[in-house]
Amino acid sequence: MSAATTVPWDRLIEADRVHGSLYTDPAVWEAELERIWYRTWVYVGHESEVPETNDYVLKSIGPQPVIMTRDRQGGIHLLLNRCSHRANLVCDAAKGNSSAFRCPYHGWTFANTGALLGYPFSSGYGGRELKSELGLARVPRMESYHGFVFGSLAEDGPTLAEHLGDAAGEIDRLVRLSPEGKVQLTAGWLQHKVRANWKMLLENETDGYHPQFVHASIFAVADSGIGELYGEKSTAVSRDLGGGHTENDLRPEFRRIGEPLRWFGTSADRLPDYVAAMRAAHGEAAEQILVEGSPHVMIFPNLFIAEIQIFVLQPVAVDETVQHVTAIQFGGAPDLNRRMLQQTLGSVGPAGFLLADDSEMYERNQRGVQVRRPEWLVLKRGLHRERVDERGHLVADATDEVPMRAMWKHYRSLMEDGR
Amino acid sequence: MTTARPLDVDLLREVEQFLFREARLADEGDYDGWEALWTDDGVYWIPANGDDVDPTTQMSILYDNRSRIALRVRQLKHDKRHSQNPKSRLRRILGNVELLDADPSEAGADGDLAVGANFIVYESRERGTTIWGGRTEYRLRRVDGAWRLARKKVMLVDNDRPLSTLAFLV
Repeated sequence: MSAATTVPWDRLIEADRVHGSLYTDPAVWEAELERIWYRTWVYVGHESEVPETNDYVLKSIGPQPVIMTRDRQGGIHLLLNRCSHRANLVCDAAKGNSSAFRCPYHGWTFANTGALLGYPFSSGYGGRELKSELGLARVPRMESYHGFVFGSLAEDGPTLAEHLGDAAGEIDRLVRLSPEGKVQLTAGWLQHKVRANWKMLLENETDGYHPQFVHASIFAVADSGIGELYGEKSTAVSRDLGGGHTENDLRPEFRRIGEPLRWFGTSADRLPDYVAAMRAAHGEAAEQILVEGSPHVMIFPNLFIAEIQIFVLQPVAVDETVQHVTAIQFGGAPDLNRRMLQQTLGSVGPAGFLLADDSEMYERNQRGVQVRRPEWLVLKRGLHRERVDERGHLVADATDEVPMRAMWKHYRSLMEDGR
Repeated sequence: MTTARPLDVDLLREVEQFLFREARLADEGDYDGWEALWTDDGVYWIPANGDDVDPTTQMSILYDNRSRIALRVRQLKHDKRHSQNPKSRLRRILGNVELLDADPSEAGADGDLAVGANFIVYESRERGTTIWGGRTEYRLRRVDGAWRLARKKVMLVDNDRPLSTLAFLV
């Protein structure tokens, strides 16, 4: 019997509260691997990380190591990092350039398409040809959107377009901020390890209630206006985009202010080259794009686009998660890119002005959720002021818990699917 | 064949004493005392994914110019810097202190002295005990007769792997 069928989901996940064991129970973790990480679409990497023929990077789907390669024809492949002979790891470098992977154990060699190219002393197999049957395992389904490569370890299921639904529009919004329409994730990744369940991180990403408290220190000493975007008077909204995808939509605040690049904490005169390139690329539409800025969207289960950063959640155990983070770089925007990198590396990662404190909260939460009473986590905030927007999405105020309720509703549907 | 220049023991001891003091101020969370050790153009850098990536195009764990060092210290002094409130209990050992310039009496063309050292830091907090290790390269400068930090580059041995929160001054 699979773990997913033994957990009483309906008793642990209610409309306005969830049970603490969802963050600690090894059976829940096993069920999540089966029903989420090894089934649904999971973000793996970006095509710009393997720009040249034969480039590869080591990525992951949850705890599983995945090699993302670019073959001679330019095609992208997602391969599981396990030799088909004796299960050794065939790739141990974080990235590189090679047309083939040679297993160090017995010298079996695989093309970067996964095909078995050769194996030493082949007469030992009595003339039987192994090449057609013993390639590297592939992630069964792979699709990309604007260069964001997703994989699914299930043979069948919804398409990536169906999975992304209206979250795709947020990726469109991000890409428009490049004068060339290109996102480039080329600045390298920090890996930040926390002793917390992955859902603590996921829920925090679009929790508009915490910034003024968790980030009080940096907002105070840097004289930052970010906190006010998540204040009681903010006109920003929290939104359920469907499919477990959620966002904090800050556009109402930026439209109210009406100044280009305020979303990035700067003004048009500080980035003249970028603004000129945007006007050349987008014409009259440039002003609105520059005012509204970049999305703050959590694409279930692991891709968080945080205005100028990309975070990728990698659960490695029920109580351990690695958060990978990089600065977004836009094609055709060198002056903006430099500033995005410096701002990002100040904010995120193990020593970041923001993320060090978020991570402290994740770990305190993980310890707290093991305290026996009151057992539940409360998701009631903003229930009385939920409303449906013009596109049919549930929204509420900036600090409301619409995103958490949306995530858990989707999560429950995945866990109970096929029951 | 060149003759080895005799080691300037007095200079080495002076430099060591400065580095030990910097380490103690960091361990004990004496943030103002620590910040006062920096020159006005100080750069504090902790690379990621190797020791020699370009910090202007690649992510680092930390890459602070002097104003960002000041911001970091102001944040550490704020009671809502949750990742250091309570402060980590810290003690570190510096070793293998080495004067890196060919002729330290010249102290480099820019007047800065290059020094290397290895370190081990024990960090204890509610999460548990974390051991951090690596090598630091310093550029030190005499300002009004006292040594100051012009640059500190901290090369963690595990900077290419997942790291726990590192909110103290390493």
